[in-house]
Amino acid sequence: MEGFLKTGKLGSNAGSSGKSRAKADADERRSKAPWVEKYRPKTVEEVVAQPEVVSVLQQVLSKGADLPNLLLYGPPGTGKTSTIMAAARQLFGDLYRERVLELNASDERGIQVIREKVKQFAQLAASSERPDGKKCPGFKIVILDEADSMTKQAQSALRRTMERESKSTRFCLVCNYVSRIIEPITSRCAKFRFKPLSKEQLIGRLEMIANEEGVTVGDGAIEAVITTSGGDLRRAITCLQSCSRLKNKELPVEKEEVVELMGVVPGNWIHELLEVTATKNYDKVDAFVNNILLEAYSASQIMLQLHDRILDKDDLNDESKAVVCEKIAICMAALERGADEYLQLMALMCTMMYVF
Amino acid sequence: MRRPKMSLWVDKHCPKSLEKLDYHEEQALQLKGLVKQGDFPHLLVYGPSGAGKKTRVMCLLRELYGSGTERLRIEKLEFHTASKKRLDITTISSNYHIEVNPSDVGIYDRIVVQELIKNAAQAQQFDVNGQRSFKVIVITEVDNLSKSAQHALRRTMEKYVSTCRLILIANSTARVIPAIKSRCLGIRVAAPSIEMISITLQNICRKEGLNMPNELGMKISNASGRNLRRAILMTEACKVKQYPFTNNQEVVVPDWEIYIAKTATMAVQEQSPQCLQNIRERIYELLTHGIPAEIIFRGLLKNLVKNCDGQLKAQVTYYAADYEEQLHKGSKQIFHIEAFLAKFMALYKSFLQEMN
Repeated sequence: MEGFLKTGKLGSNAGSSGKSRAKADADERRSKAPWVEKYRPKTVEEVVAQPEVVSVLQQVLSKGADLPNLLLYGPPGTGKTSTIMAAARQLFGDLYRERVLELNASDERGIQVIREKVKQFAQLAASSERPDGKKCPGFKIVILDEADSMTKQAQSALRRTMERESKSTRFCLVCNYVSRIIEPITSRCAKFRFKPLSKEQLIGRLEMIANEEGVTVGDGAIEAVITTSGGDLRRAITCLQSCSRLKNKELPVEKEEVVELMGVVPGNWIHELLEVTATKNYDKVDAFVNNILLEAYSASQIMLQLHDRILDKDDLNDESKAVVCEKIAICMAALERGADEYLQLMALMCTMMYVF
Repeated sequence: MRRPKMSLWVDKHCPKSLEKLDYHEEQALQLKGLVKQGDFPHLLVYGPSGAGKKTRVMCLLRELYGSGTERLRIEKLEFHTASKKRLDITTISSNYHIEVNPSDVGIYDRIVVQELIKNAAQAQQFDVNGQRSFKVIVITEVDNLSKSAQHALRRTMEKYVSTCRLILIANSTARVIPAIKSRCLGIRVAAPSIEMISITLQNICRKEGLNMPNELGMKISNASGRNLRRAILMTEACKVKQYPFTNNQEVVVPDWEIYIAKTATMAVQEQSPQCLQNIRERIYELLTHGIPAEIIFRGLLKNLVKNCDGQLKAQVTYYAADYEEQLHKGSKQIFHIEAFLAKFMALYKSFLQEMN
């Protein structure tokens, strides 16, 4: 570990002026940065979709209206963290460091931290004037990112703090599942749901990025990125970047590569799976399941795609569809809890053999 | 004087560079292209065991940093929990990367993930021109990480992206939370086909100066279950047992497999509390030898269904999946395995009675 930490050799070109080199470094780092970071919205106006929260924040920014405590929730990759970060930057500018406390799941966030760190930060007074005499909002912001992974106790410890310090501090909680935030907290916040982005918005953003980066995109590739990412813009952008990195710049990104990279099971496997179950032969099913898992396709992905297929299957009546779908739900939940993939998939296939 | 190396064939003949990989050549080319650009995103390498995930990662590191990555050392790191409990964890590192398996410390894996990445990532490289501007942290068995550890990874991955890259290795993506999947470039390493294994075995034997008949090669490949590591180990075991090779030579199967098969036979032959008692001892024996519970479940199921007809097969599979899932909720594995066997006995006995 020691060696691992200090391998940096001193610069060989120490002669060149430090400033220009630092700038060059920064430029290089920026050009290599993940596109997700590079194209993160810098201002609230840039945020794609989510008109409700944007209009509230704009009120605060332009007219100096009061900012309520916020609770932003919605599926991953819809811009929750980006929005509040951009807003905080616009509000405070260079005061950002003093006025914003950002805590996420990677920080220790037990009840102890809430009691000490957050409370202390919240108790500090905030002036409504900058050192240079300009106006700025007279409060601080505590951003609790990924708040749904906080314990119940830690959340309860927040309750009174939120009210008592409301003069000088605003809280912003960001989470995926609002149901995991305790009631007393939700009732103290203005809730905003972030919707998954629509297809047009995703296309617009992706094409903009592709243009900026000079990536050529083959027919249907953008479509594939969007269908496989399910409204998650971050996933879509990462996918696009990964595809373009895996190959030469000149060649366009193709649909097949997108499908492979996103871990989607090719359609013919699912088709074959249905055919094998129709034979009602246990040994064949067993061999098939073994094979598909050895190809390193994940069981949950198989089940997700199977679910779509089952819904569109015409030769199955509604009741059997319901039985299969229920079993898929049970197996997915079991997988989530850490159950063995082979056994769950076999159990599902057995149910299907019985139903077909 | 050069001493003859006393290493297993698996290590001795492990490919050291991306060009020398025996299969998935196209993927190797893509990885090479990825490295050539001097930068890559976080990677999530997944595939069944023995498919060559680790080999590919090591090759990739070598391609990145040169042969320095082969000078490895083992180090013990020490972490402290909030309650001052001491955690020791063994890491393997070179000057450029560090490899760690956080699930070694059980439920405290979150602390390891948080501390390790922060330590490593906060030390910046001084000279960007002299070497890569980032270091690599390889985390193995990501699918065994607790949910809280995975959540802790999320934001950390984004925050420290300029100074370190993560390579996550997992057997399956089913247990990896979507938030992590969306931040990584997924690399699927499918198990090699039977033919591929057979060819690889032939190559190794040629390098060892041995003569391997084709049929034996195929036989070993079939018995290995498309697990290359196991196939090579089995070949070596065969060589120890009998050389020169003959076509009808017996393939050495791991003894625990035979043991499980015998245990299953016992349950089929006699259904009584006495028999269950005997079986319990055998299961304890397996567990104390470190055979994972899901492997025992799979092995039992495979052997039990051989003696059942269609309807019963489905039922047994259903219960196997059910009890295996319950196993993850509790801590004593033996209960659930035994419960499954008792259930099987009950099912089988009533099935036999109906027949008569």
